Amino acid sequence: MDLHFQFDWQAAIASLPYLLKGVPYTLLISFGGLAIGFVIGMLFGLMRIAPSRWLRYPAVFYIEVFRGTPVLVQVLFIFYGLPTLLGGPIDALTAGIAAIALNAGAYISEIVRGGVQSIERGQREAGLSLGLSATQTFQYIIWPQALRRMIPALGNQGIVSIKDTSLFSVIGVGELVRQGQVYIAQTFTALEVYFMIALLYLAITLSLSMALSLLERKGLVG
Amino acid sequence: MKDDKQIQSDAAPIVRLDKNNDKQIQGDAAPIVRLDKVNKHFGELHVMRDIDLSVDPGEVVVIIGASGSGKSTLIRCVNGLEPFQSGRIEVDGKTLAPHGASGKSLQAVRTEVGMVFQQFNLFPHLSIRDNVTLAPRKVRGWSRRQANTTAERLLERVGIADQADKYPSQLSGGQQQRVALARALAMEPRLMLFDEPTSALDPEMIGEVLDAMRELAKDGMTMMIVTHEMGFAREVADRVVFVHAARSSSRERRRPSSMIPRTSVPAPSFLACSSTEPAPTRRERGRLDGGPFSLASTVSHEPLAGCGSCRRSVFASCPLEAHFQTL
Repeated sequence: MDLHFQFDWQAAIASLPYLLKGVPYTLLISFGGLAIGFVIGMLFGLMRIAPSRWLRYPAVFYIEVFRGTPVLVQVLFIFYGLPTLLGGPIDALTAGIAAIALNAGAYISEIVRGGVQSIERGQREAGLSLGLSATQTFQYIIWPQALRRMIPALGNQGIVSIKDTSLFSVIGVGELVRQGQVYIAQTFTALEVYFMIALLYLAITLSLSMALSLLERKGLVG
Repeated sequence: MKDDKQIQSDAAPIVRLDKNNDKQIQGDAAPIVRLDKVNKHFGELHVMRDIDLSVDPGEVVVIIGASGSGKSTLIRCVNGLEPFQSGRIEVDGKTLAPHGASGKSLQAVRTEVGMVFQQFNLFPHLSIRDNVTLAPRKVRGWSRRQANTTAERLLERVGIADQADKYPSQLSGGQQQRVALARALAMEPRLMLFDEPTSALDPEMIGEVLDAMRELAKDGMTMMIVTHEMGFAREVADRVVFVHAARSSSRERRRPSSMIPRTSVPAPSFLACSSTEPAPTRRERGRLDGGPFSLASTVSHEPLAGCGSCRRSVFASCPLEAHFQTL
């Protein structure tokens, strides 16, 4: 077989320093977005199971909208659409973090809801019967157990969100993919560079899943 | 509401559970629990109908009745885990309002009322010690040290002092239930509720839990116990309350089901299925349900073997309340 192209290891390695510059942005967008998304998810996840419909309906609305639209459309809307509404430009990094936060937040809301609802009713009853308030029962009994059950699903969401940041090259954030594209434009080494980019994503996501499985084994609390 | 009244007048006369019925308990202390015309519906199902019941301090009341008769519901109403629709429940001087609208006073009641559940409901993420100390620390504001000392004492009393650092899943069912008992006692409750505390246990572990409860009764704790352990009931109870479910088993019957405590029996006494007929079929049961129920005075001293005809244990046993008579 006659290959026009050979994998050039040297070119691949040479691209690495340039690509690595994108890693901090990838990490910042994903973990910044996920952290905010977790707070959003906790809030809306709990609102989603609140007895009051005034809390429940807005949560359902938010979850359905942000889970039901592509994250690429969300980030384009935030970066290109919102400024015309707000009258001022939005920085690409902020737009990226916001998109991940809102998108992951919607999924995490459902994870939180599932986690909390999976705790047996008897746990709540035991807490209440001991004289703990509803808030204390949640804080000391329901939430720690729910959180532990949520870890695998949260890990999944983390990995999905990390990969989603690759889409943000379109708004010009200097993250991993964007860095690669710029580099390829100069060197025409698409094969090597995209391969390296894939490896770097894999390194990030593998570290995350390993960290989570460690956390799961050790247990979060107690 | 009007419908309820109607149904009520159709129903068989209700025997009130007054203190007067019970000669053994004499005390000028006010009852610690008083249910006054309590009604509870699960949707269409009228589970509790005009329930009156009072429990004096130090009294051990055992509540028995066939499965599904609403025994558990009755004691769950006492600490507000189950809302009720009308009537009044007074616990330790605090009044529980219908529809669960009691707010703060509900928490105040729960602080003084301990509960042991059928499924133990220990907190699996906390050590045995933390299971016992959590509520005293967070509700009573005890220091960790003070709570730990109390926990040690209580765990010793129920015979599991050496397991304090373990987690619930590492204990046997009987041990878990004894921890649950210690956990409830750590709040120094004035009343203890037991919701079928031995029903989820392997037979060989029932004894150890009953022993712990026996001890507690001996110490003068006020207890309301739902159980199928007839021997235990006879031995420990000051009073046995029989809960009768007039449950319609066929769809055609429009009359809602209800729970009526028919009478209270002074201990030592108990009920037995004395029927010589074979176990009723489903259809017969439907016909007989809500039928006459008789409870004569006590004569027997022999332990019961079980229902002579249907061969099931004394209580869960015979599905027909109509079969039960005093042996």
